[in-house]
Amino acid sequence: MERIIFYIIAFIIIVFAMASVSSRKMLRSVIYLLFVLCGIAGIYFLIDYNFLAAIQLTVYAGGIIVLIIFSVLLVHHIEMELEMAKPLRKILTALLCMLGLGVFLYTIYNNHFNVVDNQVTTTTADIGSKLLSYDAGGFILPFEVVSVLLLAAMVGAIVIAKGKKLTDNNDTEL
Amino acid sequence: MIAGISIYEILTVTSILFFIGVYGFITRKNLISVLISIELILNASVVNFVVINKYLYPDMLQGVIFAIFIIAVAAAETALAVSIIINLYRQISSVEVKDTEVMKY
Repeated sequence: MERIIFYIIAFIIIVFAMASVSSRKMLRSVIYLLFVLCGIAGIYFLIDYNFLAAIQLTVYAGGIIVLIIFSVLLVHHIEMELEMAKPLRKILTALLCMLGLGVFLYTIYNNHFNVVDNQVTTTTADIGSKLLSYDAGGFILPFEVVSVLLLAAMVGAIVIAKGKKLTDNNDTEL
Repeated sequence: MIAGISIYEILTVTSILFFIGVYGFITRKNLISVLISIELILNASVVNFVVINKYLYPDMLQGVIFAIFIIAVAAAETALAVSIIINLYRQISSVEVKDTEVMKY
């Protein structure tokens, strides 16, 4: 049963990822990306990481997709079609990607993984205490660094998106 | 772990996803499409972290925590990229890669 569900999810992910990079309409491309992200959340549910699946759904499907849709609507007409690369360039890129994929798969299938058979369930409390522990192997410092990074990114995004007005006013006052 | 599914099959799926992202990154001519391709690449790598953690080291949590950090950094990166794109559109009225010659503020 889980096997069949995994194959269905993998099929959805790959088909919609291809549609997302080849669709000529901008908004559709974003919606296909949304399906890919939901499929990845499904994989997280399958391997029993519920907290990560919830993060994936809220941050990616809820936050990033809405942000990209906003930018598409601010920047494009909905019906506008994108110009695509030349066919020769497309074929060349596809061949190169196939080559790279071949190298990847050759390496993966020749490597022996020491798979541990397990049914361990990770609770959210485990992740939280690991994230905030300051013992050896704890992650309190990167956690704080990421929080500062998010603050800096937020301030930076506001300053950049606000545009020229800010500096003009400053210049006249000086 | 998923019953009946080996680690090889999941790594195959994520490798395909990664190279679809690389293909989109090279062939698309639009800044927002490039951003979408970057999201695909990042997601493929995050799934790799989580799956290897679950299959090889089930007692540890490093993979999950790195996945959370990658998602946070990706969110910050997308917010910045979207603000840069909107600002660029105000100045040159285009988001095509070939028109983007000036990034000086």
